[in-house]
Amino acid sequence: MTAAPAPHPDPLPARGERERAGTKPLAPRAGRGRDPSRQRREGKGLARRRLTGRCAKLALSLLLLLIVSLPAHAVRPDEVLPDPALEARARDIGKELRCLVCRNQSVDDSDASLAHDLRVLVRQRLAAGDSDAQVVAYVRSRYGDYVLLRPPFQLDTWLLWGGPAAILLVGLWGVGRYLRRQARMTAAPPLSPDEERRLARILDEKPPA
Amino acid sequence: MRRWLYLLPVLVFGLIAAGFYVALGTDTEALPSALIDEAAPQFALPPLPGRDKGLTTADLKTGVSLVNVFASWCVPCREEHKVLTALAASKRVPIYGIDYKDKGETAKAWIAELGDPYTLIGADDGQVGIEWGVYGVPETFLVDGTGHIRYKHVGPLTQADIDKTLLPLVARFEK
Repeated sequence: MTAAPAPHPDPLPARGERERAGTKPLAPRAGRGRDPSRQRREGKGLARRRLTGRCAKLALSLLLLLIVSLPAHAVRPDEVLPDPALEARARDIGKELRCLVCRNQSVDDSDASLAHDLRVLVRQRLAAGDSDAQVVAYVRSRYGDYVLLRPPFQLDTWLLWGGPAAILLVGLWGVGRYLRRQARMTAAPPLSPDEERRLARILDEKPPA
Repeated sequence: MRRWLYLLPVLVFGLIAAGFYVALGTDTEALPSALIDEAAPQFALPPLPGRDKGLTTADLKTGVSLVNVFASWCVPCREEHKVLTALAASKRVPIYGIDYKDKGETAKAWIAELGDPYTLIGADDGQVGIEWGVYGVPETFLVDGTGHIRYKHVGPLTQADIDKTLLPLVARFEK
């Protein structure tokens, strides 16, 4: 069962080959009274410049892509309200509402048809003159607290919100205790006169030969 | 005191294990309804094509009833349909249907093929579903005689669900 490892299939030509291939059309025609070694050097320099140029272009386009790309929204063009102010409010609400089909996406990010219905509903209510809070309260009255991506602070969520702070406090208390004990141990009480005498005696003793 | 501290990790582990054990087997996907003990939403749904009566809130105030949200495109509904048909045949409790985000003709064909356990069916494009807090099909609500939602079942009903949960609830709210 010991087959010789197949040579790695390299789709790209080896580095030198690639540079030479790139040089070919650019290299000045031979036999014009030029030193052939100089020609080669020039060709290589050109290829390298070309290569770095390509890298720069690639980097630039990637950078542009990063700058230009916006978070993907599932909001369809036919849902968008004509009034930009209302639409902006609808987006703010949509970001805070959970899509109950996909659970960990907001209504704005989800392609689920329920999310679409909720986006339309939010826009209908806003267009009818509801305040943001009223719209959210309506959706919450239908789907419960779980529909809110940011859980409210209330009786059954105090542990959720207070938990991290409580753990931090317990940790600080533990560290404080540890440090205090460390301090007590390093600052030993001064020796009593009796202990001083014993210590002096021990220090005076000659080590056994 | 010192000795007791060594037991702390065991204690913490025990607590975590107990928590997991309790949570084992519970359906964490099903969400509790925000509408339990609330009045059923006001709605008026049109009928399926070829029928003359849809479904409205007033229909639900005649006694304890089940409201089943279904769709012909929903695969689990097909399985649930047998159980619903058997329940309807027993005439124990009326079942009202909300045909959710469906094509009228397809739903009609579906009913014609599988039988009709529903006293009335309303066709919903999704708006009334939101009113009821529906986030998937099938879902089944138990509505008492005063038109208040008392129980919600998410997912297809099984015979066990009906015998062990729904029918006792029906009996309780009939009093």
